[in-house]
Amino acid sequence: MDQTPPVPLGAIYGLFFRIGLFSFGGQLTSWIHREVVLVRGWMTNEEFLSGMALSQILPGVNSTNTAVFVGQRLRGVWGATVAITAMLTGPFFAVILAGIFYKWVVGWDGVQSIMEGVAAVALGMLARMGISAGRGVTKGWAPALAMLVTFVGVGVLRWPMLGVVAVVAPISVLVSYYQVRSDEG
Amino acid sequence: MKDENIYLALVVILAPLSIAAIGGATGIYAPLQHETVELRSWLTAREFIDLFAIARLAPGPGSMLAPLIGWKVAGISGALLATVALYLPSSVLCYGAARVWNRHRGKPWHRAIESGLSPVAAGLIFSGILALLRLGETGPLSWFTVALVAGLLMWRPKLHPLLLIGCGALVFFLLHVAGA
Repeated sequence: MDQTPPVPLGAIYGLFFRIGLFSFGGQLTSWIHREVVLVRGWMTNEEFLSGMALSQILPGVNSTNTAVFVGQRLRGVWGATVAITAMLTGPFFAVILAGIFYKWVVGWDGVQSIMEGVAAVALGMLARMGISAGRGVTKGWAPALAMLVTFVGVGVLRWPMLGVVAVVAPISVLVSYYQVRSDEG
Repeated sequence: MKDENIYLALVVILAPLSIAAIGGATGIYAPLQHETVELRSWLTAREFIDLFAIARLAPGPGSMLAPLIGWKVAGISGALLATVALYLPSSVLCYGAARVWNRHRGKPWHRAIESGLSPVAAGLIFSGILALLRLGETGPLSWFTVALVAGLLMWRPKLHPLLLIGCGALVFFLLHVAGA
């Protein structure tokens, strides 16, 4: 895996700057997934998804944690620093500009509808990522069940995310551990 | 003197929130409102709500509300300090976890955790979509758009995100203008 030349820090900055700048009204983890896994092949689907699970379990914003995870994986401490700085640069200046032109921005309700449109598209991209990611990782009954129970618990029944993950993840990992072992043995 | 107190207070308020807020930005709004409006009277309730609306309209995580408050009470240095205080602790924690995690790449138990966690992540993705659609601000048009975009991307995976985002913004805006 690691004999490929290291990803340039500039490429990491460029990618996360763009994603940060356009992440209106919803996180664009799906865009990170698209670029990092599908377009550039910097990480495998499972690598990315397990990092995403880690990002959600840990405190902090999911999308910035994902940026830290991807940056760390690609280029260590500098990769992580560059990724999160890039991710926050656009939003930082945008939010202050919005604060300066605040009366104008809040007063014009066309802005609201534009943001709703962007948020809906971001959700659609997320749905598509969930479908393809889900299909990729649920070969067999155990992963499919883990995905379903997580969704029903957290999404439908609105149980606390950490509690559900604390129960489902160890079981799911244990099952796949026995599968990994029997695959090799 | 007063400024020093404000800088210190920003760090004291935000750094613990960075670690305490599990599951994203939604967890920080209530304590942030309590500290800045009720306890310290930096902002009026009205100002807080306006800043909240601005942070939601601007790109980036909803927790960019914190830098905006920092800017409001202590200028650009307040904004920078608030950003560092809010994102550094959780990022350092995430970096540590990622480092430990990625160091053990290739070992059987690592692969087991990876393939065991992936379906959990997929379940969380769908939960997140459902939670956002449930917020109530989204009408049938949003539901339709979500389904349409997901379908379009299944059919044409190479469609660029910016193209879709631009079209979505344009359609929602035009419908708003037509309806108004």
